[in-house]
Amino acid sequence: MKVIKLLTVSLILIGLAGCSSLGSSKKDSDAMQNGDVSIEDRNADSSGLEGGKAYGSDVNSERQVIVGEDGYSDSQFNDPANPLSHRIVYFDYDSSSVRPQDLPILEAHAAYLSARPNVTIRVEGHTDDRGSREYNLALGERRALAIRQILMLQGAGINQFQVTSYGEERLAAEGYDESVWSKNRRVELTYLGR
Amino acid sequence: MTKRWLIALGLLASVLSWQAHAELVIEITGGSEAALPIALVPFGSEGFTAPLDMSEVIRNDLAGSGRFAPLPKQDLISQPHEQAEVNFADWRLLRSEGLVIGKVSSVDGQTYDVQFQLFDVYKAQQLVGKRYQVPASGLRRLAHQIADQVYQALTGEIGVFATRLAFVTVINNADGSKRFALQVSDADGANPRTVLQSKEPIMSPNWSPDGDRLSYVSFENGKTEVFVQEMTSGRRDSVAAFKGINSAPSWSPDGKKLALTLSKGGNPEIYVLELASGNLSRVTHNSQSIDTEAVWLPNSNNLLFTSDRGGRPQIYKVSVDGGTASRVTFEGNYNSSPDVSPDGRFLAMVHGISGKYYIAVQDLASGAVQVLTETGRDESPSFAPNSRMILYATERNGKGVLAAVSVDGRIKQRLGEAGIDVREPAWSPIRK
Repeated sequence: MKVIKLLTVSLILIGLAGCSSLGSSKKDSDAMQNGDVSIEDRNADSSGLEGGKAYGSDVNSERQVIVGEDGYSDSQFNDPANPLSHRIVYFDYDSSSVRPQDLPILEAHAAYLSARPNVTIRVEGHTDDRGSREYNLALGERRALAIRQILMLQGAGINQFQVTSYGEERLAAEGYDESVWSKNRRVELTYLGR
Repeated sequence: MTKRWLIALGLLASVLSWQAHAELVIEITGGSEAALPIALVPFGSEGFTAPLDMSEVIRNDLAGSGRFAPLPKQDLISQPHEQAEVNFADWRLLRSEGLVIGKVSSVDGQTYDVQFQLFDVYKAQQLVGKRYQVPASGLRRLAHQIADQVYQALTGEIGVFATRLAFVTVINNADGSKRFALQVSDADGANPRTVLQSKEPIMSPNWSPDGDRLSYVSFENGKTEVFVQEMTSGRRDSVAAFKGINSAPSWSPDGKKLALTLSKGGNPEIYVLELASGNLSRVTHNSQSIDTEAVWLPNSNNLLFTSDRGGRPQIYKVSVDGGTASRVTFEGNYNSSPDVSPDGRFLAMVHGISGKYYIAVQDLASGAVQVLTETGRDESPSFAPNSRMILYATERNGKGVLAAVSVDGRIKQRLGEAGIDVREPAWSPIRK
């Protein structure tokens, strides 16, 4: 009976997760209409994200919660129109070059960091899950360092960073096509606290 | 929710928990045409039931290798347990080239006497005959050792059935978290035991040459860190926890050093760590490229490693003392994860062809490359200690599984389907 109870609880949880993802899909489509944000919906089998075309929005991801918990209730992090609300940057295959369309996002984060020298940020590099895990670990770090370099060139201090790579060990999406792989080739920015 | 649904879910839950403990089972998916017919007579055990059917373990080992075709049990003409009971003419009729018989006895129910004999049926000659005394817990390992002797006597190659595999399993929990486990099993997948469990990823297990220790990468402290763990005591030490990447450990042939990838200097480079002293020496100095995945060439001071210094990942060779690296792989624009056969003849690697990744082998003398696998999602090759098979990770039905392929590509095995994600295999050396 315990098992059944547990299962019921987890089913309720799954149900709740389903509801919240419905809610986020709606937000995503609103954002899509702005024309500058694409879908980063982890629950969807496929999405409107075309490989190589758009950066994603993490307004609906768990990162928002983390920022909130750490005291970053700053409204600019939550306003989809504000570039600070974008805290995931995507990359081309086997590349650590930042795409031109992501530069405004990084400029905004650099400005935020340089104005607040006590704020630190975690820069976490990831890759898709093809090829060698060890090579991907290094590639994830190279992506994270490329982001850090841009943020530093624009005024952030070297002590404001915690750089980590997970390589392909923490996928944002799982599957076998470019729409999935492109979601995994990313750097996630997480503000750690003042 | 209906009651029927709840029952179905309960069943599902019990299946899932069963699968979490299921063993890897070897299945031949492509065999050698020249599999040798062999007769394996169930070992005799007078007056008691042996705690393990040893001949069944031997049968599975030999059949699983793809090199032998054991006679079906119902075709066994007689059940001899001693040479005097063997009528070779009968076994010739069955076209069996080898015959294995044996018996198990125990005086006290604690210690077991095991004897076995392997005969060449056509010559009516004993090829191997041995007698052992082992505790009950040693019967399975002894069965693998007997299978090794049969394999070696009839193929001329070293048997690897008494070796072990290390691998990483991943279970997705209902709350979205994961449970990673570093496991060690017998070479046939039996006897799996967890040597490390973590909520964070575990990568790149690698056996010490004596088979007593494993090095691996664990994210348990929020970033990569290299550990060395003793198999018998379970004692573990963090050996590299520098700023940046600490990864890709590989033991030196003498077991005293580890080659590592560290990015503490700002870029992933190959280092060699002397374990006793903690002395660290840097091998590569290429600040623009990723240098990683070093492996020692057998009986030498040279390493093979992956580098993208030429633009794309390729495999290079360098002396542990540093100096100029020379490129080893030229075919294709993605070659990584080198592993060298213990006999030094072959390089196994992940070979990328237009976004798909296969296990390929390169003859180190001629440079000839052969692609051995098909799925396009194959990774982490690891040579068997007899240089004959390559164990690797692949995917099947959306799950990570282990598979093995012979160096010539003719024998294919699947170690599957445990129902959980399995990855990052490492085949142990032969235990002394």
